[in-house]
Amino acid sequence: MVLESIWFFLWGLLWAVYFMTDGFDLGIGSLLPVLGKTEEDKRVMVNTMGPLWDGNQVWLLSAGGVTFAAFPRVYAVMFSSLYSALMLILFALILRGVAFEFRGKVESPGWRKLWDACIVIGSFAPALLFGVAFANIFQGIPIDQKGVYQGTLFTLLNPYGLIGGVLFVLLFLVHGALWLAAKTQGELQERAASVAGKIWLAEVAVAVAFLAASYVTTNLYANYLAKPLLFAVILLTVAALFGIRLFLAQKAFFKAWFASALTIVGATFYGVIGLFPNMFPSSLNPAWSLTAHNASSTQLTLTIMLVVVVIFVPIVLAYQAWAYNLFKGKITKEDLVY
Amino acid sequence: MDTLLLSRLQFTATTIFHFFFVPLTLGLSVLVAIMETRYARTGDETYLKMTKFWGKLFLINFAVGVVTGITLEFQFGTNWSGYSAYVGDIFGSLLAIEATAAFFLESTLIGVWVFGWKKLSRRAHAAVMWLVAGASNLSAIWILTANGWMQQPVGYAIRNGRAELTDFAAVVFNTFSILQILHVVPAALLLAAFFIMGISAYHLLRKQHVDFFTRSFRLGLVVGTIAAFWVILEGDMHAKHVTKVQPAKLAAMESLWDTTSRAPIYLFAVPDEQNERNSVEIGAVPGVLSFLGHGDFSAKVTGLKEFPKDQRPPVLLTFLSFRVMVALGTYFVVMMLIGIFIRKRLMENPWYLKLMMFSIPLPFLAHTAGWVLAEVGRQPWIVYGLMKTADAVSPIAASQVAVSLVAFILVYGLLGGVGYYLIGKYARLGPDAVAGPAPAHAKRLRPSEA
Ligand code: HDD
Ligand code: HEM
Ligand code: HEM
Repeated sequence: MVLESIWFFLWGLLWAVYFMTDGFDLGIGSLLPVLGKTEEDKRVMVNTMGPLWDGNQVWLLSAGGVTFAAFPRVYAVMFSSLYSALMLILFALILRGVAFEFRGKVESPGWRKLWDACIVIGSFAPALLFGVAFANIFQGIPIDQKGVYQGTLFTLLNPYGLIGGVLFVLLFLVHGALWLAAKTQGELQERAASVAGKIWLAEVAVAVAFLAASYVTTNLYANYLAKPLLFAVILLTVAALFGIRLFLAQKAFFKAWFASALTIVGATFYGVIGLFPNMFPSSLNPAWSLTAHNASSTQLTLTIMLVVVVIFVPIVLAYQAWAYNLFKGKITKEDLVY
Repeated sequence: MDTLLLSRLQFTATTIFHFFFVPLTLGLSVLVAIMETRYARTGDETYLKMTKFWGKLFLINFAVGVVTGITLEFQFGTNWSGYSAYVGDIFGSLLAIEATAAFFLESTLIGVWVFGWKKLSRRAHAAVMWLVAGASNLSAIWILTANGWMQQPVGYAIRNGRAELTDFAAVVFNTFSILQILHVVPAALLLAAFFIMGISAYHLLRKQHVDFFTRSFRLGLVVGTIAAFWVILEGDMHAKHVTKVQPAKLAAMESLWDTTSRAPIYLFAVPDEQNERNSVEIGAVPGVLSFLGHGDFSAKVTGLKEFPKDQRPPVLLTFLSFRVMVALGTYFVVMMLIGIFIRKRLMENPWYLKLMMFSIPLPFLAHTAGWVLAEVGRQPWIVYGLMKTADAVSPIAASQVAVSLVAFILVYGLLGGVGYYLIGKYARLGPDAVAGPAPAHAKRLRPSEA
């Protein structure tokens, strides 16, 4: 019982860290046509995430791997139910990943345009679809007793799912714009900061709408009402959200970015806490839901994996922090590789 | 077509495509690390140029390897949910460990390597490349542990309607996995060595950058020779183990229908699965199959007829892929021996250089053949003796899989085309075109400067 609960929150944590890290990459990629006025701007934008995006993306792989290891039935049912949505995300990430490597390899504007388009689609689509998918999980998915999905891709595109998608996009856009503001200078920086401020307004509006819609369409608040102390998580998240605005006004862009990171982690945990112990609730019959308790691995596997995670995740965090630190500071012409 | 067939096609296409890029990543990372270490030790600029040139080709290849791997990580859930739920307790943890222990290290440090020329000292930068190489080979070790478990399941008990882990050490030290690791990792080095030698041969034929490419060729030759012998010797041990734990696969490898003592291999044969015989058998070499399987020319080898029809692998594909792999393995050894013999007179033997140039794709073919043998030969089982592939497939609409399969073929076709086009382009341009950022470490960096 205890192990399953620990794993449930670790599972949530991995997703949260993925959204926090790769989130700014997805945001910058989506903003490429908006902020990248010149080829030079675009190169700078891509290079601000250059050394980091690949390591960030692995958080997604480990979130997937850990779902498989700790909750095999969730892995099986979730990814087969969300087949088309997940495939779209994967194709998008595939195009994004090679585009970074390919875009600078042939001297031709048409070539660049092609791969830049892949970066934009490959960043925007995952941001949107992750949001749609998670919002749908929050409200429940039409799966039957055997875990067979009774819907189509379009079933997921319901109003609540779409608000979730838009919210994710906005979270990542702000996150990406802030990273750019922190890493660049001059005109690009000014533009990034002003765009961050504008999108932030939309972010607040949609966040409010999402919190309200969750009350209407989901069961997320049941856990909070049972343990009101948990509302602190929501309050902290909202505080972080407003922290962004505060730091942005002071032109303290790194601080603003941290506040945004905290907002994203908080938003993820807002849902994860509300779900507990559900991992993939059935909207047809609550008894058919997959939970941390009925879908988990054996105690032995959970224990072994816990040991692995307790040893390796701090090591990973240490060398990723080292890498972030190595590439801190503003991007200069000399740093451009891609 | 049904979901099962489509899912199999999709899985086959995506793993094979992944494995066009992975072995070059595994092998070339080590070779580039060796080059950079020499540079760090001696300060010899040619080694720096070698690191940059081969490193550039490495990175293009790496990018495609990474993105095609992402799909695989999720495909067990999307397409094989029956499998995932049944064996996730064991198999899932191996994939998760691979991600946390290996992918993170590799992906984080590859960024440091590419962008860190000016930020790290010469030695530290070379050490980063060793970590990248180590991490990619570590990822191979974990994924092969996972695959080895499907070939020879160990350390589990069937409880609660699924396979549950009982002995983690047995899974990690599974003989099958260890044999696979010892086969795949050197085979990847062999492939990378042929890649380096083939491209070097192209430039040597044109008498460009002779010193640079002679040195590259020699490095490939040393590594390639050791790897070529190793792969064959280890492959033999591998076959003996397969005989023990998957007798149906061995029988299919040589298309042996009746259980025989002094079982022969045929120089040429055509299996006829309908009539349970070979329609053509030419050039029997008696006893060799007995020796291959049991190390004894007169040993008895189990034939395919001993297995019920629904437990036999597709014979023709298994048979052919084994032939292709072994023929190529022999060819590689011969080419390496010739190379050693004429290593001082490479430029005087254009025919050899030309052959080496055209041999670049052959190790890729050998790898693919090896995997087709391993995976098709395991059929109809997805986990040998435990679960049939047909029971593993997800309960999803065939149309969904059809769409994704077509999309994979298109997108991967594009990626593969562009990837190899770019590798070819930069390979032909030669070392001058890829100078890139100059390393900062002509002088030693003090922390304040970094
Ligand atoms: C350059 C590549 C290469 C070369 C020259 C060889 N192999 Fe190989 N072989 C592979 C690359 C490979 C591989 C792709 O790496 C496989 C697929 C699965 C595995 O573990 O390694 C493989 C599998 C494989 C298997 C099947 C194992 C299984 O069922 O999982 C056997 C029995 C052999 N090999 C035996 C040989 C022999 C006797 C060779 C002698 C010439 C040989 N291989 C050369
Ligand atoms: C270690 C990782 C691997 C795992 C876990 C794995 C798993 C599987 C699974 C689940 C299947 C069953 C689906 C099917 O029958 O099509 C399969 C089949 C197959 N795999 Fe693998 N595989 C691995 C590595 C590879 C690699 C690297 C290759 C080739 C480059 C490969 C080639 C194939 C092929 C050709 C089939 C098709 C067999 C058939 O359908 O008859 N596999 N594998
Ligand atoms: C079918 C099972 C397989 C799965 C699920 C899988 C998964 C993955 C994933 C997710 C990546 C991207 C990692 C990243 O973003 O950094 C990757 C890359 C890679 N895979 Fe595979 N893979 C499979 C088969 C194999 C096999 C059989 C080998 C080796 C023998 C292998 C070796 C590698 C290597 C060396 C890379 C290079 C990139 C990297 O590690 O970052 N993979 N694979």
